[in-house]
Amino acid sequence: MTAIAPPVAGAHRIRARSDERRRGWVRRAPLLPALVFTIIITQLPFLVTLYYSLESWSLVRPGSQHFVGFANYAQVFEDSQFRTTALNTVIMTVGTVLIAMVLGVLLALLLDRKFLGRGVVRTLLITPFLIMPVGAALLWKTTMFDPTFGIVNYIFRPFGIGKFDWVGSFPLGSVMIEMIWQWTPFMMLLVLAGLQSQPKDILEAASCDGARPFAIFRELTLPHLRRYIELGVVLGAIYVVNDFDAVYMMTQGGPGISSANLPFYIYQRAFLGFQVGQAAAMGVVVVVATIIVATFALRLIFTSFSGTEQAA
Amino acid sequence: MTSADVAVPAAQTAEPALYTGKRAKRRSNSLTWGIVGWVVGIIFFFPVLWMVLTSFKTEAEAYTNTPHIVFSPTLSQYKAVFSSGLWPYVANSAFATIVSTILVLVLATPCAFALSLRPVKKTRDVLFFFISTKMLPVVAAIIPIYIAARDLHLLDNIFTLVILYTAMNLPIAVWMMRSFFLEVPGELLEAAEMDGAPLRRTVVEVILPIVAPGLAATALICCIFSWNEFFFAVNITATQAATVPVFLVGFISSEGLYFAQLAAAATVATLPVVLAGWIAQRQLVRGLSFGAIK
Amino acid sequence: MTRRRDTRTGGTISRRAFLAGSAGGAALALAGCATGTDQLFSGGGSGTRITVAIVSNSQMEDAISLSYLFEQEHPGIHPDFVSLPENEARAKITADVSTQGGEFDVVMISNYETPMWSANGWLANLQPYINATPGYDAQDFLPQLRATLSHQGDLYSVPFYGESSFLMYRKDLMAKYGITMPDKPTWKQVDQIAETIHSKGLVGICMRGDPGWGENLAPMDTVINSYGGRWFDPQWQAQLTSSEVTHAVSDYVSLVQKYGEPGAPAAGFSECATLYSQGDAAMWYDATSAVSTIEDPASSKVAGKNGYAWAPTQDGRPSGWLYTWSLAIPKTCQHKQAAWDFISWMTSKSYIKTVGEKLGWSHVPPGSRFSSYQIPQYKKLSSVYGPLTLQSINATNSAHPCLQPVPYTGVQFLDIPEFQDLGTNVSEQFSAAIAGSQSVPSALSQAQKYAQAVGQTYRK
Repeated sequence: MTAIAPPVAGAHRIRARSDERRRGWVRRAPLLPALVFTIIITQLPFLVTLYYSLESWSLVRPGSQHFVGFANYAQVFEDSQFRTTALNTVIMTVGTVLIAMVLGVLLALLLDRKFLGRGVVRTLLITPFLIMPVGAALLWKTTMFDPTFGIVNYIFRPFGIGKFDWVGSFPLGSVMIEMIWQWTPFMMLLVLAGLQSQPKDILEAASCDGARPFAIFRELTLPHLRRYIELGVVLGAIYVVNDFDAVYMMTQGGPGISSANLPFYIYQRAFLGFQVGQAAAMGVVVVVATIIVATFALRLIFTSFSGTEQAA
Repeated sequence: MTSADVAVPAAQTAEPALYTGKRAKRRSNSLTWGIVGWVVGIIFFFPVLWMVLTSFKTEAEAYTNTPHIVFSPTLSQYKAVFSSGLWPYVANSAFATIVSTILVLVLATPCAFALSLRPVKKTRDVLFFFISTKMLPVVAAIIPIYIAARDLHLLDNIFTLVILYTAMNLPIAVWMMRSFFLEVPGELLEAAEMDGAPLRRTVVEVILPIVAPGLAATALICCIFSWNEFFFAVNITATQAATVPVFLVGFISSEGLYFAQLAAAATVATLPVVLAGWIAQRQLVRGLSFGAIK
Repeated sequence: MTRRRDTRTGGTISRRAFLAGSAGGAALALAGCATGTDQLFSGGGSGTRITVAIVSNSQMEDAISLSYLFEQEHPGIHPDFVSLPENEARAKITADVSTQGGEFDVVMISNYETPMWSANGWLANLQPYINATPGYDAQDFLPQLRATLSHQGDLYSVPFYGESSFLMYRKDLMAKYGITMPDKPTWKQVDQIAETIHSKGLVGICMRGDPGWGENLAPMDTVINSYGGRWFDPQWQAQLTSSEVTHAVSDYVSLVQKYGEPGAPAAGFSECATLYSQGDAAMWYDATSAVSTIEDPASSKVAGKNGYAWAPTQDGRPSGWLYTWSLAIPKTCQHKQAAWDFISWMTSKSYIKTVGEKLGWSHVPPGSRFSSYQIPQYKKLSSVYGPLTLQSINATNSAHPCLQPVPYTGVQFLDIPEFQDLGTNVSEQFSAAIAGSQSVPSALSQAQKYAQAVGQTYRK
């Protein structure tokens, strides 16, 4: 509440307009380096991408660069693989984020209780988030999921699953399991933060009033956790939707394109097909779609997190 | 708040009556939860544990249909990893991580200040802009970045990675730092202003000490993301600026047995960030929850 | 009230953690400075630094480990290596060379890139350097390799190793189950043998199933060629739905599905190598260079137990593929002589002797020079597979790979720039067919569409 700009007193109104403008710039000055830097590094390349998207340009065919207008876009919308990978991206993002969040809430509730060695268990649980994604994906692909030598099949062997090929049979699922493993700790930490900021006295009172634990959770805890959950979902989605490492390392998008997501597919167009124009057009389509989705997602975090001070 | 204030004494008076039974129940409960907690913790940690175990095996032992839990550990995989020129990659990763994190903090702190304690007009739009850059797919920009780096003779240059990592982490850092600035009591700033202290001194002497833990939290998170970054690293570096994730990928041999050596390389590659995260757990939580928990 | 107290205690704990965190960061920074400054700011070092981009196969890793010997011979030249798995290496090298990025002084490419890139003017002509290097003896390279790496009679890259494909099998298992492996088996015979072995609870045959134009498509194309199929007719009309191609792909897919390795849709060279060398499979159709994995007693349980037969065929013609990893110098290279000094060292006769003496004769890069097979130690070691390797390579015909006329060259690939993309798309369809997620005819009709789109650009 204190963060809002102090009201301008009536007497100041007579001050010269130039003075006011100067003060505006003084206020803005600390902001500008970061803003300008971000615009240059993140926006300029997209403008160039926009330009490339109107050209037909194969890197491996010299002299092929020429203007084609919107032909690349027409191709993108006709491309059934593009639609499949877009769908994969949605499934991957929504599935990973939601499952990771549910697991995260459960783990956080567990860690919110006191037990012997809780700190150690928390340390164990956050570790997956810290592992280098490239390494984590490789380990899941090899030591965990390998049909012959992987430990997952060893564990399931008593249940009659022989040399089952997890990554080949459930490519999208396998990649998602690896990502869920990495993102659950993140969700857990956020929710745990929420749980620990919950006033304990209210909960005690409710339990003394004879409320059942589940009712307490639903009526008191969950509403309190809402903004933490929303924040976790939005931040998680931002990273998962752009995930490249897991797909690239575990399945290379296969078999077929059954586990390719949009970042991987666009990468393939650019660095395997070397079709710069086509890849750029896909990039632009994804950017536009992202902006539309992001507008809604950002509303969400703005309503719940724009002012931490209100909730604290 | 009021209901809680009233409820507290009630709870305290109720306590003695239920005292003995409740405590016994609590103890057995805590044992159950303890067991559940440990089991779940170990399940989640297992892939990491297995990676570390595998890294101490020979390739022949890593490739068995029935995994060996007991084996005679060997350091040969680690010797192989260290003898294949790991250190330049570590140095590049450390340089890119540390320098980009410092740059992020230098840029994000004043920016966050201007978006919180002394908010500019359109604060909301600026925040929206920052976070929206995180949502854009980097693959869509990689070719222009590659070609720009080529034309500026910045391919395979560690400073290119520094700049890209700074841009990558800046939006999140601005958001985090802003949430920490918002916790600074406004009276403090006003009081300092009344004393006629110049803004810079107010910031350095009053505000920075308060947000220092938040600064550390932000730094930790930027470090994690930079150290682990792969996409830019693999696409715009070659030898001079290649980082640890690129080194790790070089261990995938297209021929035959490599689990154990890969596990050793992965263990070495992840160790710095895992240790940092373990030591500074509280900072991790604080940063990730955007300052909602202290 | 409560809130303020929380803040204070939280503050002190955080500060401690902050100190711990920054101490860790400082340690990291120190470690970085202590060990890495020479790498970070190495540009101005004395002598010439050359950047070498290679694929991280074991023979190339051997070359990196021996490169100190090169530096002893050439004190003024210091090579830096970028070693990446095949797909990543190829993407990086192609991006760099095609955009004239100038990141690399020596690149490892293959007989797929060399003809196109030399025609595009992206590579330095190596012939003058070869002619000026006494004792290099380029005539010693296998003629099929020389032909496929030349442009207008000049070599633009030189082979590090060469390979064709053949059938590896376990002599002990064949003897155990009373099977005789023909010297030149047909796919029908292979199918029957695989069935027999599979019924004993082993993997009948390992064949690549993972997507990639250099992965499942390589063996698949040799099968297609042998069944009389082709990708395009001379007018660039795609031919992937012809009965020959359908027949070939159906047989490949059903062989792998019925008797192949578990996880076939994701199994490539490396997965097959692991499985076969652990003794879990009876046959493996793959590169002749696979011998360095399966005949190495240190990593293979089946060393010495293997027999070798010609690549299985359908029409009786030899059907092995032709592939070589070779070294080239991009036009943009600033230190061409230094780059050539390194290339000539790595592909010389004496390098092969050095590898044999320092690392063991099984490490010799195979299939590049005739003279390698005259070295007594290597001749003895490779007596089982060496002659067949040379014969298989020499039997290939990359200029006329198919029974019917085609407008392209290349055995297991088409030497056109679009093929990486086209081949990968098509191989993804085949991979999906092996996984059973789509039928062979529908995979082929999708593949046909991709091929038509490429053919169109050549028809105009």
